[in-house]
Amino acid sequence: MKPPLPFKQSRRHFLASGVAAIFVAVASTAGATIIKGVAPFKPFDYNPPETLGTGGWYFFTPQEARLMEALVECLIPADELSVSGLDAGCAEFIDRQLAGSYGTFERLYMQGPFVAGTPEQGDQSPLVPQRRYRLGLAALERHCQQTLGKSFVELPGEQKDQVITSVQNGEIVFKDIDSKMFFAILLQNTMEGFFADPIYGGNRDMVSWKMLGFPGARYDYRDYIDRHNEKLDLPPLSISGRPEWHKKG
Amino acid sequence: MNNLLLKSVGILAFTATAAVAQAPRDDSFEKVARGRYLATLADCSACHTAAGGAPFAGGVVLQTPFGDLVGANITPDPDTGIGRYTEEEFQRVMSEGIGKGGYHLYGAMPFTAYTKVSKSDNSAIYAYLRSVEPVRNKVETNQLPFPFNIRASLIGWNFLNFSKGEFEKNPDRSAEWNRGAYIVEGLGHCGTCHTPKTSLGGDENDRFLEGATLQNWHAPNITADRHRGIGSWSTDEIVQYLKTGTNRFDTASGPMAEEVENSSQHWNDADLNAVAVYLKESRTSATEVPDALDADDTRIVAGKNIYADRCSACHTPDGNGIPRLFPKLSSAPLVNSDDPTSLIRVVLAGSRAGGTQASPTGPAMPSFAWNLSDDDVANVLTYIRNRWGNSAVPVAASEVKELREQLQE
Amino acid sequence: MAKRLPPTDAVIIGLGWAGAIIANELTDEGLQVVALERGPWRDTAADFNIATAPDELRYSQRQDLMLRTAQNTITMRNNPGQKALPMRNWGSFHPGNGTGGAGNHWAGITFRFQPEEFRLKSHLTERYGSTAVPEQLTLQDWGTDWTEMEPFYDAFDKVAGTSGKAGNLENKIQDGGNPYEGPRSSEYPTRPLRQPYGPTLFAQAARDMGYKPFPVPSALISEPYTNSLGVTMGPCTFCGFCTNYGCANYSKATAITTIIPVLVRKSNFTCRTNSEVLRILMDASGKRATGVVFVDSSGEEWEQPADIVIVTAFTFENVRLMLLSGVGEPYDPITNTGTTGRNYAYQTANGVQLFFDDKNFNPFIGAGAVGMGIDDFNNDNFDHSGLGFIGGGSIRVTPIGAAPIGNRPTPPGTPTWGSEWKKQTVKNYLSTMSIGCEASSYSMRNNYLSLDPTYCDRLGRPLLRVTFDFPENDLKMAQYCTDKVGEIAKAMNPRQYVKNPSKGHWNGGPYQSSHVVGGFVMGADPKTSSVNKYLQSWDVSNVFVVGASAFPQNPGYNPTATVGALAFKAADAIRTLYVKNPGPLVQA
Repeated sequence: MKPPLPFKQSRRHFLASGVAAIFVAVASTAGATIIKGVAPFKPFDYNPPETLGTGGWYFFTPQEARLMEALVECLIPADELSVSGLDAGCAEFIDRQLAGSYGTFERLYMQGPFVAGTPEQGDQSPLVPQRRYRLGLAALERHCQQTLGKSFVELPGEQKDQVITSVQNGEIVFKDIDSKMFFAILLQNTMEGFFADPIYGGNRDMVSWKMLGFPGARYDYRDYIDRHNEKLDLPPLSISGRPEWHKKG
Repeated sequence: MNNLLLKSVGILAFTATAAVAQAPRDDSFEKVARGRYLATLADCSACHTAAGGAPFAGGVVLQTPFGDLVGANITPDPDTGIGRYTEEEFQRVMSEGIGKGGYHLYGAMPFTAYTKVSKSDNSAIYAYLRSVEPVRNKVETNQLPFPFNIRASLIGWNFLNFSKGEFEKNPDRSAEWNRGAYIVEGLGHCGTCHTPKTSLGGDENDRFLEGATLQNWHAPNITADRHRGIGSWSTDEIVQYLKTGTNRFDTASGPMAEEVENSSQHWNDADLNAVAVYLKESRTSATEVPDALDADDTRIVAGKNIYADRCSACHTPDGNGIPRLFPKLSSAPLVNSDDPTSLIRVVLAGSRAGGTQASPTGPAMPSFAWNLSDDDVANVLTYIRNRWGNSAVPVAASEVKELREQLQE
Repeated sequence: MAKRLPPTDAVIIGLGWAGAIIANELTDEGLQVVALERGPWRDTAADFNIATAPDELRYSQRQDLMLRTAQNTITMRNNPGQKALPMRNWGSFHPGNGTGGAGNHWAGITFRFQPEEFRLKSHLTERYGSTAVPEQLTLQDWGTDWTEMEPFYDAFDKVAGTSGKAGNLENKIQDGGNPYEGPRSSEYPTRPLRQPYGPTLFAQAARDMGYKPFPVPSALISEPYTNSLGVTMGPCTFCGFCTNYGCANYSKATAITTIIPVLVRKSNFTCRTNSEVLRILMDASGKRATGVVFVDSSGEEWEQPADIVIVTAFTFENVRLMLLSGVGEPYDPITNTGTTGRNYAYQTANGVQLFFDDKNFNPFIGAGAVGMGIDDFNNDNFDHSGLGFIGGGSIRVTPIGAAPIGNRPTPPGTPTWGSEWKKQTVKNYLSTMSIGCEASSYSMRNNYLSLDPTYCDRLGRPLLRVTFDFPENDLKMAQYCTDKVGEIAKAMNPRQYVKNPSKGHWNGGPYQSSHVVGGFVMGADPKTSSVNKYLQSWDVSNVFVVGASAFPQNPGYNPTATVGALAFKAADAIRTLYVKNPGPLVQA
């Protein structure tokens, strides 16, 4: 196995080196970067993806995590096509997304007033993803305890599916959060976790890509574009590489 | 339109004063102009003009195996520059490596090559340097640790490494060849980077231009060797490389990119051609060519996969590259070098190619230090060095590890 | 109080395609040019490292290359009776950010508009009579024509290296090209791209039906090319991480791969990144701009005095800056007066999905602009007599790649999760293709841009408000053209095909296209246009506003080549006319 990748949290990782920087004419004033003369180049510079390490939970409480694991296992069940969403790492994926910039909608316009609009005006909720999960998971658990007398995770498989369907179509109404909105983000993020690059914690061993026949992060199909209507069976590639890089004899 | 107007007024004013100021001096305009060209040919600014600093005011740090040396201030400032140097004293710096007052210069100032420069050329360079803006900038050139900081040690060094004397023409060769030799061996000081060094830092003269490693860059073999050198390049292709920084084989990066940007792209066509003729028709290195590794070697198998995933989209699946953009890896001198330092370095740290007036693209190799392990880098380079007509010793993961640590220090 | 910088000849707002083209031309003319870019510096090797670039979550889902709505967004409503609300996450369109702008993440489809487009109203009136244009539409001529535009299209193609096959070379129709294109003065700079399976099948079916398929013109180029500025690009590798992504191997034409390498080398050019222009400064007369005020990332304000102000941001920011700076009179749909914000238009995105049992399209092999198209139902290439609408669409198969978070086609009615969802997802992933139809959108009186009365950006400036819905004309056209696509789909004999024409109200949620146009349109009459045919403001003659904001309506084509051509056109006017004789270049 390969050691964990040294992803950096900072956007720019840069080390100055001897002569290579001589002709770079970049000056930084207070906030603007002034570029003149030659395009900037810094050795070792790259623009890293935002990832967090493996192991443990960054956002979910232990109870929330158990609930999430049960939910992603229902949404993506294990069968002859693939392992489950649970075993693919979808819950860890969502946990890490929520702990990162996505969790607070850091990039998005979140100024008020927050007014419900027409369907065409899209999502106008003031709730950021962290709040959507915290409220939604609590409401789901409360619903199960109050109406079924059990935690969601203790329900038999078929009953879990029924509860999820009722949340999806709005038959179950939550108090603090629109149940359909909760389901929508849960489904969206679960699918992201199943199909995104494994560096984000889901799609373990590129399981979904192998299932589909999607070769992942490959960047050169010049040798394949003319092979029309042919199954190519290319082993998939992750941002962090693929097992074939490390095969010994 | 204030600015536009001002600009045209400015141009007029400049023309008028220039006409007045230039007239009375002897041959100074021509001499200074020639000196400027020669200073460009010699790439003085590489060591004597710091990034963002005033021209020739010094301050460029050169890392050597013995410690740091810093390029001197060679503007005419009397106190911190060379304002008090007479022409004869300047001549002595160039031809003997002896500074004003008799102290010895370190070999980083390539006087072992400059000794071949003619007196008249030195005179022109002197005239030019006298004409640049004097800048007050005190530079501590010698930052070597003990005992290397003792300049007296250089007397012995010179004895071992330095043969003094102006360039002498070879009457059996063409004028072009001789001009090329004068530039390559003298002002152009190509051997400073491209000739292997002894343990004392002197040139191994019997291996002239066979490639050397300095500051974690490997300057490749540029003899007419067809495997490790540039024997398969035509003279036109050598000229194109020096003038534009790129040809169908390769694109200059690292210190060579700077050389092209600051020096050789400005050389005149006759000099470029002379250098190409000389390099083509001088020596070839006679070292053995190793056999390429087998296709089922585990390093080759792993390297082939990494190449397909990280390299082929630019360097193409057959290693032929894209002229003027992505260096050709097949049958490439740098790839076949015994010393893989530059290859490891560009894979780890990335590199920006030189941009020139003739070829301004300046593409960059991305950094893979974060993405490829030492084994991965070693395997992909071993693969590249043993495919498409290349053959060279495998790269070891330990070499990658070592350079990674050095570069990230 | 803003700190004052030394004056410059020209300041350029936004260093995307248009800004870079103009900056390069004006610096060639010897002018001192300062470009202000609100986003970061972008560099292929550092930002689009081949190992980080193919990342669907980051670039397609989280929109990493796009303008952050936290920095600036729009508000939207379908009609003036509604209250506009902010677009909190980009949906319908994807404005770019940083040097290269949206040109870094564009698809690369590089059509020229047709000669008729530049005099659309006149053309339709001549062909169909004075009542041909439905009353709700506010179509108009551009104030320029094909003869004036062609040399600048040619200049753009030679910078971008566009791959394709000419269909009309100096009025001679060429086999294999698009016979409906305007006469070109030269062949495409690079040959057409090789085609994947889906486009090949489509082209065969279209040809069998008597249509005239041609390779879609592409700025993802087919072979190594050194452009008219000496900059070299490499060939496209069909990686399928193209639209919404930056290109790792210098094969997608964007300002950063074609112009900026030359531009930054010039001593009379300076670029300031992370510098957002707040407004254009005017002198006391209100008829002359004196420069701009911008804010850097630390919040510090700077004044950049300039003799010429050139606005080359995205459509939205072009118009917003004009409204915030008081250049031109804001458009009022009730009184039908004013021009700033007038004639905003969009595009209708239509398509048909084809599900097969016996085909493998390897849909992950693709590029934003690789594909085959037909123009037999675009614009006015077919007789509209008696159809009850005008306009049309570009019908094409362009497999852009199939990264699976966003590309998992399943037949209608498939569950969205569970075992059956998974089974259908796997079954259809490799064997589904789609035919798109990107169609015209015509301006009308109630579709316009204005400042929002409620929502502000982080600096307290009003957001731009988009009031837009599809005209009935466009929806009729969309249905008609999608039916035509359906006929081709049927001929291709799939197990099932599903038609998806644009229907109902414009919805800000799902991505349709970033082809938002108008709001500061060009024309011959200052009563109905904001800039003259040189992209010069009628009201403030030292302000030039360049971009799709100048389109008076939107044909069934992608806009970028025309934005590029207009940039060359404006630059040429500044170089050859304005510098010699500053002032209005066309008398109102």
